[in-house]
Amino acid sequence: MNRPEHILLSVKDISLRFGGVRALTDVSFDIREGEIFAIIGPNGAGKSSMLNCINGFYHPQEGTITFKGEERRQMRPHEAAAQGISRTFQNIALFKGMTTLENVMTGRMLKMQASFVEQALYIGRGKREEIAHREKVEEVIDFLEIQSIRKTPVGRLPYGLQKRVELARALAAEPELLLLDEPMAGMNVEEKEDMCRFVLSTNHELGTTIALIEHDMGVVMDLSDRVVVLDYGRKLAEGTPDEIRGNQDVIDAYLGVSHD
Amino acid sequence: MLYREAGQFKTSYSADQAMLTIPLDRWFVFGLAAFAIVGVPLLASEYLIASILIPVLILSIAALGLNILTGYCGQLSLGTGAFMAAGAYLAYKIATNITWMPIWLVIPLAGLCAAAIGIAFGLPSLRIKGFYLAVATLAAQFFLLWLFVKVPWFVNYSISGVPTAPPRSVLGFDVTGATATNEAKYLFVLAFVIALAWIARNMARSRIGRSWMAIRDMDIAAELIGIRPLPTKLSAFAISSFYCGVAGALWAMCYINTVEPTAFDINRSFQVLFMVIVGGLGSVLGSFLGAAFIFLLPIFLNSAPGWFGYSVAGDIITHIEFMLFGALIIFFLIVEPHGLARLWQIAKEKLRLWPFPY
Repeated sequence: MNRPEHILLSVKDISLRFGGVRALTDVSFDIREGEIFAIIGPNGAGKSSMLNCINGFYHPQEGTITFKGEERRQMRPHEAAAQGISRTFQNIALFKGMTTLENVMTGRMLKMQASFVEQALYIGRGKREEIAHREKVEEVIDFLEIQSIRKTPVGRLPYGLQKRVELARALAAEPELLLLDEPMAGMNVEEKEDMCRFVLSTNHELGTTIALIEHDMGVVMDLSDRVVVLDYGRKLAEGTPDEIRGNQDVIDAYLGVSHD
Repeated sequence: MLYREAGQFKTSYSADQAMLTIPLDRWFVFGLAAFAIVGVPLLASEYLIASILIPVLILSIAALGLNILTGYCGQLSLGTGAFMAAGAYLAYKIATNITWMPIWLVIPLAGLCAAAIGIAFGLPSLRIKGFYLAVATLAAQFFLLWLFVKVPWFVNYSISGVPTAPPRSVLGFDVTGATATNEAKYLFVLAFVIALAWIARNMARSRIGRSWMAIRDMDIAAELIGIRPLPTKLSAFAISSFYCGVAGALWAMCYINTVEPTAFDINRSFQVLFMVIVGGLGSVLGSFLGAAFIFLLPIFLNSAPGWFGYSVAGDIITHIEFMLFGALIIFFLIVEPHGLARLWQIAKEKLRLWPFPY
């Protein structure tokens, strides 16, 4: 089970400080290939900071991150993207002035190689690539069932659909590791069910490893293979959903007990 | 209704990604281009060509350039006039020193020099944004004009400091300087306009255009997708300055026939910025609409009272012009930041189903 070749991403003793504020302290965990891995914890526990460290947006002062067996401490976000990590955001970070199609096409940025001249004249690779990648993008659009809003500027879409377009943009990059920062936040039950379905089918059909942050415990416990709990920047527990549910520290710090 | 977007089906991605997907649009644009090339030189009056069409077309190129930088990439610039000046002075310098070089090569080359200067002044854009960047580009405006006025090398040590454009020809027809016919100048300018507008549309629908827009709309997300901010912003500065440089070179060579600093002062920068705002940020069509609108409005205001038999003093018209421009800029910024191009698009969307409500 814990053979090293099955570990996609390994986070070791990560500490991140902003001045005197310790956002993360000595956090370690492994994300295994092909699993859905959840990071949970109260607000301010360092969950988003953890994702930001993984995709190179924050640079932790201590510790190492090993992705696909390659160890790194400092990395720029675009390098993480090139290695196969993509993500969605807690507050939607779509390109508001562009259509759904253009947003998803932008997700394939790193797969395109046409030179400037070929693009400017729309000849050779410039044209071929646009059409070839359009086909790939249409697959993603079909997969997430957003065909009807293909040509709509994303600024005009309702919140739930914007979240879905953001997932489409992340998937268009064909990532090996997909980081989802609260994919179900602010959604109603139906939208959540849709999103769960998409997360699961991404994992099952495309084989993408997923790390997600989520506050809806029902969703987390149903979806994830393993869970890590953070509190005040420290790791509180790690294990399967059942283990987490029964862990007294986690119940005290985050889950609580029902009083009815 | 002849013109409908509804019911226009495409069966391949290549057709769906064509520049003009609706056949009627396509024929209209081809027809317009054909008329501009053949009809206008035959039919239009000297005044119309020399005093209206040539400057509007040249300013459209400058507006396209600024639109690439500000409209597509979101980097505010007040240095347009300076980059135009760079194109004008360097085109003069190249044309007079490398006399064997054909003029159709001199002008793009001057544009490339302007692009290099644009890159240098675009470097701060990695660190500063919005108004602060605008002020940094303002530095380019003042520094470059100062440089071109103070260093006589740029004008071949001409005593007046305002040299005349050298006469140069293409295919045996003079296209620059005072001796060239207006029709020849017009066609020469038109060739650049068509090529550059086409290239701008191609860039807007390719990876490079999407990466500019991504940086404009959400730079952090763009970076996490794999877009590197510095090269992307610098490419926008370079290409924008190239367009502005070509526009400046044509302005000096084909319109005013002299190379003079006053043509490229801060007012020019503002004029082009107004064109982009009124025409539509992030739109190729908007650059043309804006250029025509801003350039033609004063002419219209000057001549309109005459049509109705009134005579209005020139200074009053100038004041009305200022007030109207101010009001228009505020109107567009508040009501329709995407400008005339967006109004046109809304009209098209309405027409899609007209006369049915839905």
